[in-house]
Amino acid sequence: MSEFKPGLNMSVNFEEVFESKLAKNDIIEPKDWMPENYRKHLIRQISQHAHSEVVGMLPEGNWITRAPSLRAKLVLLAKVQDEGGHGLYLYTAAESLGISRDEMLEALHTGKAKYSSIFNYPTLTWADIGAIGWLVDGAAIMNQVMLQRTSYGPYARAMVRICKEESFHQRQGYEVMTKLSFGTSEQKEMAQDALNRWWYPTLMMFGPPDIESPNSDNALKWRIKRETNDQLRQRFVNQTIPQIEYLGLTCPDKSLKWNEAKKGYDFSEPNWEEFKNVIHGKGPCNKERLSSRNKSHKEGEWVRAAAMEFARKQNETA
Amino acid sequence: MENKALFYYILNLADDKLVLAQRLSAWTGHGPFLEEDLALTNIALDIFGTAKSLLEYAAKIEGKGRTEDDLAFFRNERQFTNCLICEQDNGDYAKTILRQAFMDSFDYLLYSQLAKSKDETLAGIAAKSIKEITYHKRHSHSWVDRFGNGTEESKTRLQTAINELWRFTGEFFETTDSDKELAKQSIAVDASTLKGAWEKEILTLLQKANMTIPLDAYMQTGGRKGVHTEHLGFLLSEMQALPRMLPDAKW
Repeated sequence: MSEFKPGLNMSVNFEEVFESKLAKNDIIEPKDWMPENYRKHLIRQISQHAHSEVVGMLPEGNWITRAPSLRAKLVLLAKVQDEGGHGLYLYTAAESLGISRDEMLEALHTGKAKYSSIFNYPTLTWADIGAIGWLVDGAAIMNQVMLQRTSYGPYARAMVRICKEESFHQRQGYEVMTKLSFGTSEQKEMAQDALNRWWYPTLMMFGPPDIESPNSDNALKWRIKRETNDQLRQRFVNQTIPQIEYLGLTCPDKSLKWNEAKKGYDFSEPNWEEFKNVIHGKGPCNKERLSSRNKSHKEGEWVRAAAMEFARKQNETA
Repeated sequence: MENKALFYYILNLADDKLVLAQRLSAWTGHGPFLEEDLALTNIALDIFGTAKSLLEYAAKIEGKGRTEDDLAFFRNERQFTNCLICEQDNGDYAKTILRQAFMDSFDYLLYSQLAKSKDETLAGIAAKSIKEITYHKRHSHSWVDRFGNGTEESKTRLQTAINELWRFTGEFFETTDSDKELAKQSIAVDASTLKGAWEKEILTLLQKANMTIPLDAYMQTGGRKGVHTEHLGFLLSEMQALPRMLPDAKW
């Protein structure tokens, strides 16, 4: 009988167990051993996703007080609340990997952590609310559906719930676009203008072209990602063009063309220079979004302090 | 209009809800922390929901083919009859929470009674609403307690909010002759009868939070007659701009 030896041999075994779980499509849970770079990759991805939900509340939140009907107001308010709820599940999922919410927020507020660049574009008209639901949430779903089967359990479970709500949001967005597109000429113009402004930024949401995507290899191996950026982008275009046609709107891509051989559309790439600029803080609303988050957090400080102090006193007397 | 008194009574109720929810919803995305952001948004959603039901009913009673959206977006500030407290700006979180605590206590009493109204539609709206108000009141009152028994800063902020808002609480209990008439028929609630219970509950809450009522208190009035503070015009301009810009559009 061999002696029990902790240490090196154990970790080798752990790694094998981890790899074999991945190979069998098993789920990794918070208490399972995992390689450090897997943990780091997930923390980065899940916290960025959480930040995107929370920052994403801002451009849409802009229109809550200006929604043009009571029903539209209720739908939008509920939607923005859902985004906040998604942020909450995702922060919790990330916390299970050993990082605190305070640390994540600190990274967001200091500009160290990224969030989805799409939210650095402004919502100028009511049609932008429709376009965000339809295009932005549509693109998000395409990215996220595969995450319901991702290897990390808490993330996968959060994504099941999030995807259900997102597809609801997408239908609501399309409903707004439908009302505008079949409405008065001013409304239709508003819808076309929103499509023109959101089309390319939405295509950017799938990330840089595959040949330039630095994080894809490991992500595919770990089942954190299951399809490449270009595959997803193509699928999104194929799905969206018939919807644009139904609305009677025009896709702003002048060289868009059906390609019978690949059973898909050929389309123009977005301006990747703009993409890099927005990621690096030079988009139309980067400064506003970040300073708005910082302002709310700072103004909420005394509220959080009061709650902590109250809880402390309660514990003392208990 | 056959039921003019009832129409105006319901508009009073609806305007309180609509204007307050409009204020609350401005917090969405800007709350002091995420859980509280979600809670306040939920409360705003409930209150908008009640406003919508009430305006639908008011439009039906009026019988002139106007919709709830026409009543919300195409009336001017002099035609809104909400209490002045609803339109006061959000200020800091202490002010928002205190305004809510005052309103929740009042609405709890009012809607408990309204749920017994002989008018079935009104009773139905109130019965649904009272479940929500019960939760809203628990939320706002627990925060008043936290602020009053929290840090020095939270105490100061809460006391400042009381000093600012106390003068708007007298309006809750104003009641017109036609309201009284409707109350006699067990359709409406005579708000003046709720004053004692409201004061008792609020004074207990504020006492527990170690707060004081301003001694130089005088009560503001005017909201029920459509004579508002300067805040309402701005609130309505923002809320009504788009439907008024394209009055023929459907949304």
